[in-house]
Amino acid sequence: MKSKLMIALAGVLVLLAATGALAQAKSGKISGGVVKIGVLDDMSGLYSDIGGKGEVVAAEMAIAEVGGKVLGAPIQVVSADHQNKPDVGASKAREWFDGDVDIIVGTVNSGVAIAVSKVANEKHRLFIDSGAGSTRLTNEDCNPYTIHYEYDTYATGTTTAKAVVAHGGKTWFFLTADYAFGKSLQSDTTNFVQAAGGKVLGSVLHPLNASDFSSFLLQAQASGAQVIGLANAGGDTINSVKAASEFGITKKQTLAALLIFITDVHSLGLNAAQGLYAAEGFYWDQNDDTRKWSKAFAAKMGGKMPTMVQAGVYSSTLQYLKAIQAAGTDDPDAVMKKLKEMTLNDATVKGGKIRADGRMVHEFYLYQVKSPGESKGEWDLYKLVSTIPGDQAFQPLSLSRCPMIKK
Amino acid sequence: MSEIFGVPIAALFGQLVLGLVNGCFYAMLSLGLAIIFGMLNIINFAHGALYMMGAVFTWFLLSTWNISWWWALLLAPLAVGIFGVLVERVLLKRLYKVDPLYGLLLTFGLALVIEGLFRYQYGVSGLPYGIPEVFQGALNLGFMFLPKYRAIVVGVTLVVCFGTWLVIERTQLGAYLRAGTENPPLVQAFGINVPAMITLTYAIGVALAGLAGVLAAPTLQISPLMGSNLIIVVFAVVVIGGMGSILGSILTGLGLGLIEGLTKVFYSQASNTVVFVIMALVLLVRPAGLFGRER
Repeated sequence: MKSKLMIALAGVLVLLAATGALAQAKSGKISGGVVKIGVLDDMSGLYSDIGGKGEVVAAEMAIAEVGGKVLGAPIQVVSADHQNKPDVGASKAREWFDGDVDIIVGTVNSGVAIAVSKVANEKHRLFIDSGAGSTRLTNEDCNPYTIHYEYDTYATGTTTAKAVVAHGGKTWFFLTADYAFGKSLQSDTTNFVQAAGGKVLGSVLHPLNASDFSSFLLQAQASGAQVIGLANAGGDTINSVKAASEFGITKKQTLAALLIFITDVHSLGLNAAQGLYAAEGFYWDQNDDTRKWSKAFAAKMGGKMPTMVQAGVYSSTLQYLKAIQAAGTDDPDAVMKKLKEMTLNDATVKGGKIRADGRMVHEFYLYQVKSPGESKGEWDLYKLVSTIPGDQAFQPLSLSRCPMIKK
Repeated sequence: MSEIFGVPIAALFGQLVLGLVNGCFYAMLSLGLAIIFGMLNIINFAHGALYMMGAVFTWFLLSTWNISWWWALLLAPLAVGIFGVLVERVLLKRLYKVDPLYGLLLTFGLALVIEGLFRYQYGVSGLPYGIPEVFQGALNLGFMFLPKYRAIVVGVTLVVCFGTWLVIERTQLGAYLRAGTENPPLVQAFGINVPAMITLTYAIGVALAGLAGVLAAPTLQISPLMGSNLIIVVFAVVVIGGMGSILGSILTGLGLGLIEGLTKVFYSQASNTVVFVIMALVLLVRPAGLFGRER
């Protein structure tokens, strides 16, 4: 009796092992049997309207578009708040990558993004950033596991500066957020202005999240520069624009918001923001594809239209999943190789390409904020001024300071 | 033109005037805090959130019922004051007999809840609010253009602050308030309704925060985060001025606004931290604050 039981048990065990081995062989291509996407961003602070919870919604839309599975494995999204602190972001990234998170997306705030990209390089996992601006991500701090997706300070700064200089703005004064992003934006724009024959008369650094810009703007006014470049973002830009119009600065000097998002314009209101140039990589009203996707996004977000950061998270997540499908595995090196080979096409981007330095190059657009009379809807805020091809909008590889690029 | 440390005198005066304007906000907010702490011994961490509520209510009045800023000057502090009465009656009243730390925890939690709710409803980018038309434009002071609205802010703040100080220090109602909070049983024995006095004190303190919010609405982005950005500096101001001293908090608020303005000219990166550096220095030399009394 006992021996029969033993044989039966042994038989069951062998069967289980065989099935287990088969299952392993089938999903062995996907590490851990699940593709886990980590959305790391400022969920509650200064930049949370630009990215925030909308990024989670965008990632989920991308996952739904591929049917919730890739290579037979389910896809999950986890999210966390980095609170605009590089140490918090880096330790969360470390915790995720030590676990089973395959990729981190999102991440507004250049300080956090640079820290996370270093962790990604160390752990050999992917990081596709759609939110941060600093060009350091594809220059000094470039690495084989980081992709800088939607925009950077070179694209927005120089596109806006080009338009302003073309209108006669030759002398500049910068109002700069005192951290990696602001300084990057100021230096990229300065290089362009000087190359175009202009002059930078001075600059002032302000702490991130300063609420009162009156004294900085007064210094800008005293400098006599034709253009005041706002090298800041989010609430800082909004407060700067508000104060500038209050002090009558906009009567004699031009304001150049070197990075501005549609949510900033929406909160400023067209009265205060009209006439400002906005260089963006995406706008909901560009074409039928973007309109369709944006309306689906807005339905999930209480009517708020997507920013280019949120569109970037959708696109980068979708392309990542497509790359896994094409490469037949989720191994980071193989997927990265595939991503750099693919031409990226989806509802929000056409003909995008990822370069050797990790920079995703695509068409960029210069918009101007409409006046209240021109706008026909709550989110009808921009009119298109010009379209810039990707190879002109982004920093050329020849100027790259990335150690990975051999010249 | 003569210069001080490389900065033209005209520009310097301009910055000082702006510093004064900022100092007015600090003064108004720290006055409310000082009243609440000085008389009730409660560290009101919810002050920043109540200031934000004042600003959001101002926006709400305009966008929903088209009620102008003038009415908001009256209605918003009233609304915030009524909210303060509710908070005091329902929550704070139970904590007077225990360690003041509980009051701090409660108000801190309240601040988080209020800010979280508003952030959920309105997002962080902010709500648009323009300067009332009659105040648009600037006064030419010679060395700078001062927006008319900012001049009004200074005026209103000085009137309200010194008026409040006058009421509390020099009138009978103020005497009742001060006595009632210093020695409740004795004052109650005289037939004065002490619990009502306490509630009124808290309501006045938070109404001042609400008023600061109304004044801030046209110039600053009205966002759920606006209170938390300001409140830490205001606490530092109250500590420097002396936690119980009303006049001290007004004068310190104005003075620190001026110092911050100067810092922005000479070394702008430190403008966030100079208040705390001063606080550390003052606490080393005079732990009770500049105008405070040892308790």
